[in-house]
Amino acid sequence: MLVQFFFELRAAGVPVSITEFLMLLEGLQARVAQVSAQDFYYLARACLVKDERHYDRFDRTFAEVFAGAERAFAQLLASVPAEWLQGLGARMFSEEEKRRIQALGGWDKLLQTLRERLREQQERHQGGNKWIGTGGTSPFGANGYNPEGVRIGQDRSGHRRAVKVWERRDFANFDDRVELGTRNLKLALRRLRKFAREGAADQLDLDGTIDATARNAGLLELKLVPERHNAVKVLLFLDVGGSMDDHVRVCEELFSAARSEFKHLEHFYFHNFVYENLWQDNRRRFAALTPTERVLRTFGNDYRVIFVGDATMSPYEITQPGGSIEHWNKEAGALWMQRIVARFPRLVWLNPEDPTRWEYTPSVRIARELVQGRMFPLSVAGLDQAIRELRKPLLGAVPAPPPPGATPVTQPGPPGAS
Amino acid sequence: MNQRFTGTDRYIATDELMMAVNAAITLARPLLIKGEPGTGKTQLAQEIARALDRPLYEWHIKSTSKAQQGLYEYDAVSRLRDSQLGDAKVQDIRNYIMKGRVWEAFESAVQPVLLIDEIDKADIEFPNDLLRELDRMEFYVYETRELVQARHRPIILITSNNEKELPDAFLRRCFFHYIRFPDEETMRAIVGVHFPGLKKELLAEALSTFFELRAMPGLKKKPSTSELLDWIKLLVAEDLPPEALRGDDPKKLIPIMHGALLKNEQDVQLFEQLVFMHRRAR
Repeated sequence: MLVQFFFELRAAGVPVSITEFLMLLEGLQARVAQVSAQDFYYLARACLVKDERHYDRFDRTFAEVFAGAERAFAQLLASVPAEWLQGLGARMFSEEEKRRIQALGGWDKLLQTLRERLREQQERHQGGNKWIGTGGTSPFGANGYNPEGVRIGQDRSGHRRAVKVWERRDFANFDDRVELGTRNLKLALRRLRKFAREGAADQLDLDGTIDATARNAGLLELKLVPERHNAVKVLLFLDVGGSMDDHVRVCEELFSAARSEFKHLEHFYFHNFVYENLWQDNRRRFAALTPTERVLRTFGNDYRVIFVGDATMSPYEITQPGGSIEHWNKEAGALWMQRIVARFPRLVWLNPEDPTRWEYTPSVRIARELVQGRMFPLSVAGLDQAIRELRKPLLGAVPAPPPPGATPVTQPGPPGAS
Repeated sequence: MNQRFTGTDRYIATDELMMAVNAAITLARPLLIKGEPGTGKTQLAQEIARALDRPLYEWHIKSTSKAQQGLYEYDAVSRLRDSQLGDAKVQDIRNYIMKGRVWEAFESAVQPVLLIDEIDKADIEFPNDLLRELDRMEFYVYETRELVQARHRPIILITSNNEKELPDAFLRRCFFHYIRFPDEETMRAIVGVHFPGLKKELLAEALSTFFELRAMPGLKKKPSTSELLDWIKLLVAEDLPPEALRGDDPKKLIPIMHGALLKNEQDVQLFEQLVFMHRRAR
């Protein structure tokens, strides 16, 4: 039974090892879990699951595996002669519990109730309701008769409550297993990690030590310097809507998986191209807008900027004021893009479209010029290049285009000209 | 040995948490606790120590912490200095071995509680360096060639804020529990043990305001249990009537003393905007 559970868990993608399984058995042997399904559930979860993201998978597997067990056990119990139960019960119950049983109308009545309940449960199971175990029998048959189970008659049934705990699936939100699409993107994630990770250690400052020791008249004085610590800050701009929706899901997953590796990761959404407003929550994209200007002010130039978008649209949407398909934009998207490029020297654009087609789409060409050629395909190789680009040290400040409100000096030419 | 932890008068533990703690105590394995900040992860160790009447050793991890520091440190520099000064202490290397928190816990005469707080703050290799110590509860001091073994396997609690992934080999040796954010019923009990004399209405108002606030989308930092307790402390100190929280006064858009709950000016702003829109819609 438990071995089957173990393999079911592995099949469901919970990384359980033999050590952990043995730990559970040890716990059962040490009677950590009193004979109740809920206790067993909690114990098994604490032993076998080491990440809240796997809680939901565990809950589902638990329900599946032990639903069958409950049914089998119910049938078994229904065929057990009453005297046997009585004998067992008398041995297992404490004095206090026996008194309580008397209060409930004595053994016979209790057993009768139990029988009725069990029949009820079987019927309900046949009815197709798979695992509502009202019967209150213990899920692990080996341990035999379960006092908790007999106490069904009372309103407070630990068992009934227990079923709910894993049925509720409270942890569904934590599950991270939404398949990342292709193996490519999994590899890409690893590249991103490489980009972000550096160890933290104290290092001996040799020059400083020699210097200080000499000043100290030969008495040794150690000087230590902290190793340069990783502090990668990333701003993510994601194109949403229309053709980009599939890609965006993939990218969001990609970056949120790498989130722990970055010191700061902020994301903003735009539709087709950046204009004066961005938003952070797609559900409230018209209610909670963030002015792009504020983004430019809030985040320093030490942030690395990653755009993700297919840049496929009408060229007017980039070059002309009022070109946005959703609203009237006072200033052209290209101008906003220039401001962003000037503010954040380390910037790349990842394009999920096939690079061979970039040349034939005017808007992609324009966008690529705007990011000074730093557009890369969303593939392993492309990510590699993009990350190499992002790792470049900061150079001198680039002159910024005029702040919003002032008259733009240069307007990118009309699309026909390019 | 077979004492069971069932929460204390200051700490409400859910059934699942109790099970995890008791399993860890019985099987003498470390217990890894995760959860949102402010759900009482660190406090749990203190309360276990108090409830079971055990000494508590706390080891707070920083980003520069090394596993070795928890065991012992050999102060080579001061030994070198002493040798130059001709100090007699130099002869015995023991004078320069400084015990860490783990060693101290291993030496305790009764079974102690050892808290390794915020293990995710340290370097990625940190947990791996503690594998043998946590497994066998012993370590070797190379300088003095002695083997330090725990007199009693300590009850080890490890907390993590999920800033880094912990290695599998490490996880395999631990029990794990994720402290969920308490539901309203549990929260009532928690507030109850901290402020036993709190007026019913005030509590109801405060809790509903609090959970509304948490349900707000887009908050940068959701208020946690400890922040709720702080806030209620303020409300009690000011001796406010429950009506003050209902905020029918259109001028007061956000709950009083919100500084205890919202820790970020962007959040306050967002909240104001939302409340404003909400009011206009009515």
